[in-house]
Amino acid sequence: MSESALTCKEIVELVSDYLDGGLDERTARLVDEHLALCPGCDAYLDQMRQTLKVLGSVTPENLSESTRDGLLAAFRDIRPPQPKG
Amino acid sequence: MRRRIESLHHGRPVPGLSPGVASGAGADLALVGRLLAGDETAFAEIVAAYSPLMLHIARGFVSNRASAEDVVQEAWLGVCRGLEAFEGRSSLRTWVLAITRNVGRRRGAVEAKELPWSQIDDDGNGAVDPARFRGPGDPWCGGWTEVGAPVPWSPEQLALDGEARRLVTRYLDELPDRQRTVVALCDVDGLGVDQVCEILGISPGNQRVLLHRGRARLRQLLEDYYGRGEVHP
Ligand SMILES: [Zn+2]
Repeated sequence: MSESALTCKEIVELVSDYLDGGLDERTARLVDEHLALCPGCDAYLDQMRQTLKVLGSVTPENLSESTRDGLLAAFRDIRPPQPKG
Repeated sequence: MRRRIESLHHGRPVPGLSPGVASGAGADLALVGRLLAGDETAFAEIVAAYSPLMLHIARGFVSNRASAEDVVQEAWLGVCRGLEAFEGRSSLRTWVLAITRNVGRRRGAVEAKELPWSQIDDDGNGAVDPARFRGPGDPWCGGWTEVGAPVPWSPEQLALDGEARRLVTRYLDELPDRQRTVVALCDVDGLGVDQVCEILGISPGNQRVLLHRGRARLRQLLEDYYGRGEVHP
């Protein structure tokens, strides 16, 4: 292990930036080197990827029906249909 | 209704409403033209498409879901009344989101609950319980202990349509306010870093810390739920 090698404890703090491509080249390379040799951190990275994938599939909540209906009524009021032409 | 919202969010983009840059200024101006002419269908579509994202933004400034809904409602009324002011210099979406942010900020000040967005959210905790790493004195100090190391999740545990999504939805809701807002905007809504920083008024460094902490917490909660596995080689 070289002097600049990262510990597992350090790696887990870098994984989020690593996945976003936010690390400088040298640090990203150190993370790559560590991951190639460490099943624990490799599993951590994979779990983080999975977490992001699930997050991307979450259906965000929308407005309640009553709020939406109220907005449509307000729209009719503020912007009555204009005759075409 | 639910199905329709889903298709708007995850399915094929609705022309002029798709998140991102695909819509373009021409499509935005055409849509605004329809709104100015009182086209209620166009309004209903844009409300369905943008409101989830607006709720995430609003929730970052006020104390609960009900207040966030009020903020989004008020923002839409502002949009309706202010349509003549839209000149297409920014995208329609960006314009609507900025109005939401302004209304949210005002409401947050009234509630005296404005989140200290400028402060870094450093609770001093690492991404993982420090007890899972070897301590000083160990030649592998900072490495995983034998029982501490993560074990890959099985494919069944990761079935996308089932439990994982339900769990993450619930856990996301339970995150600290600022972490939840940043994770929702970045990882659920897919906004870019620049846009998130601008809307929330935070630095890229602060955004990264909040995102990192929120994601690390969600991974941990999933791991706690699934169990860490009994055996590690
Ligand atoms: Zn490691």
